[in-house]
Amino acid sequence: MAGVSLDTVRKIYAGNVEAVKGVSLGIEDGSFCVLVGPSGCGKSTLLRMIAGLETISGGEVKIGDRVVNEIEPADRDIAMVFQNYALYPHMSVYDNMAYGLKNRKTPKDEIEKRVKEAARILAIESFLERKPRALSGGQRQRVAMGRAIVRKPQVFLFDEPLSNLDAKLRVQMRVEIKRLQRALGVTSIYVTHDQVEAMTLSDKLVVMSGGQIEQVGSPSEVYRRPETRFVATFIGSPPMNILPGKVEGNGRVSIGGQSLSVSDMRDGLAVGSDIEVGLRPEDVRAGATGQLSMNVDFVEELGATQLFHGKLGGADFIVQAPTGQIAADAKQLSLSIDPANVHLFDPQTTKRLGKA
Amino acid sequence: MVENRRYRNILAYLVLAVGVLIVAFPVYLAILASTFDAATIINGNMPLVPGDQAGENYYRTLFIGASRSTREPVSMMMLNSFIMAMGIAIGKILISILSAYAVVYYKFPLRRTAFWIIFITLMLPVEVRIYPTYKIVADLGLLDTYTGLILPLIASATGTLLFRQFFMTIPDELLEASKIDGAGAFRFFKDTLLPLSVTTMAALFVIQFIYGWNQYLWPLLITTKDNMQTIVIGIKKMLTTQDALTEWQIAMTTAVLAMVPPVFVVIFMQRFFVKGLVETEK
Repeated sequence: MAGVSLDTVRKIYAGNVEAVKGVSLGIEDGSFCVLVGPSGCGKSTLLRMIAGLETISGGEVKIGDRVVNEIEPADRDIAMVFQNYALYPHMSVYDNMAYGLKNRKTPKDEIEKRVKEAARILAIESFLERKPRALSGGQRQRVAMGRAIVRKPQVFLFDEPLSNLDAKLRVQMRVEIKRLQRALGVTSIYVTHDQVEAMTLSDKLVVMSGGQIEQVGSPSEVYRRPETRFVATFIGSPPMNILPGKVEGNGRVSIGGQSLSVSDMRDGLAVGSDIEVGLRPEDVRAGATGQLSMNVDFVEELGATQLFHGKLGGADFIVQAPTGQIAADAKQLSLSIDPANVHLFDPQTTKRLGKA
Repeated sequence: MVENRRYRNILAYLVLAVGVLIVAFPVYLAILASTFDAATIINGNMPLVPGDQAGENYYRTLFIGASRSTREPVSMMMLNSFIMAMGIAIGKILISILSAYAVVYYKFPLRRTAFWIIFITLMLPVEVRIYPTYKIVADLGLLDTYTGLILPLIASATGTLLFRQFFMTIPDELLEASKIDGAGAFRFFKDTLLPLSVTTMAALFVIQFIYGWNQYLWPLLITTKDNMQTIVIGIKKMLTTQDALTEWQIAMTTAVLAMVPPVFVVIFMQRFFVKGLVETEK
C-alpha cells in the first residue's frame, strides 16, 4: 500500500495548451479520492499522468516514496479501469485477468489462485471461459475490475468507469466499488463528472475546473462550505441559487431590497458593496413569515420532493421541499433561511467571503 | 400487386440466368475441351457433352507438358505459380502489417511523410515502373529466380493502407491497458494486434494470392528458363506455336488447372474469415 502525492504537476500540450496548471495534492494511503469536474477540466489528464499514459510536463508525481515521473506504467505498481473497459476482445475472461501477471512472469499456479480469488470476490466465476463480447456491460465492468484486482497494485485508478452503464446498474456498481475498496483497502483515485458518484464514493473530494483544483475536502465539507462559486454550483443537485446582493453590514445582506442575516460573513466588508449570495434549494424553508418572497412560475415533481421554480430579486430561484409541505398551486412563497446556510461569494474573484 | 411482383421476380431471374450463362459458358467450354483429343477440337464441331480423353489429357498436361512450346510439365509451372503467389501474399501481409503498425503506433519524425510516400506508390503499379524495376532486378542478378518474381510485387501500399485503417479503429485504451499490463511494443503487436487482424489478413491473403497467381507481364519479362515459367505464361506459350498445330486440348487442360488453386483459396479462406468476422469485436 502507498499514498500518492502530486507536487505542482503540469501538462502542457503541443501548441502551448496548458491542460493541467500546477496541481498539488496529497492522497493518503488507503483512501478513496475522487476527482470531479466538468469535461475539459483536466481531471482525466491528471489521472493519466499518474498512470504514466501521459508524459508529465512539470512537477513531480510520487507513489509511496518513489518519484514515478520517468517510470513505465507497468512498473508503477498501479492498475487502471477504463471507461470502455478496454478488455482484450480475443481473450477469455480468465486470460484477460491473467495477462498482466503472465507478462510479469508470475508462476502459473499463483496466477490461477489470484484470478480465482478475484473472480470469487466479483462473482464472475461462472463465466471465466467466456469472451468479453458474450458479457453484459455490468459483467464487463466486473472483469475490468478483476483485471485490476489480480495485480494487487499499490493504487487503483478509475477513469469514469461507470459512464457506459445504464442508470440502475450504475448505482449498483457504485456501491460495489465502494465496498470493494473498503475491503481491499487500496488507495484509489477515481475520475468522474457525476457529482453524485463523487459525493457518495469519496473520502477525499477534489473539485477541478480549468486545469486547477477548486477545492479539496471531505464530501460534507465541500458541500457545507464551498470555497468558490464554481464549487457551490457544481456540487449539489439542483444547483445552489446564486443571487446578486449588497452588503448591509452587521452580519446582514440585502437581496432586491429584502434583508437577510448571515452567520458566516467576512469582517470588514464595505457597506453597500456588491456581493453574491448563495442559497441551496434544499436549505430554504417556505412558511407564513419569511424574510424573502418569491414568485412561483412552475413546479417540478420528483416524487418525494417538489422543485418550485420562480424569481427572487430578479434572478432565477429554485426551492426544494418535501412533497405536500407547500401547496402545489402556490403563486407566492414566503421563504426563511437559517443564517448558517447562507454562502457569500466575491463577485470578482468568485471566492467565498466567509469568516477567516 | 402479388401477381406483379411474381412477374418481376421471373424477369429478374431470367436476366441473372442469362448473365450466368454468358460468364459460365466459356469456362464450361474450356472444361469440355480438356476432355477431347486435338482433332475433335480443331475440326470445329466439338460436342457439348464431355468426351473420353480427360484422363489422358490431364496426365499428359500435368506430367509431360505440351510437346513443342513449353517443354515442361504443367505441374512444374503450377509449383512456380504457387510459390510466387504464396510469396507475394505472405510477404505482402508481413510488410504491410509491420509498416502499418509503425505508421499508426509510433511517433517518429516525418511519420506523415513516410505514410504519404507509401501512399503514393499506389499510383505507380508494376506496369508503370517496370523498366527501372527490371533494371534493378537484373543488376541484382535476380532474373530467373523466385526472389526476382516475388520481391518487386510485394512493394505496394494496398495492404499497408488496409491495415492502417483497421488499426485506427482499435481503441487507444487497448494499447494503454496493455502498457499497464506490462506488454511492450512487440508484445502488444503479437498478443493483441495480430489476433485481432486475422480477418483482415485472410482478406488480404485472398486478394494477393489471386493477384500473384494471375501475374502475366512481370514473369514474362524476367523468366527465360523453361523451369521458371508460371502457368499463365505457359498457357500463352502453348497458344502461339510457330510451325505446328496448337495443342488445344493441352492448353485448355492447363487453363482449367490454372483455375483450381485460386478457387480453393477463396473457398477455404472464405470460411476462415467469416469465422473471424463473427469472433472479433472491438
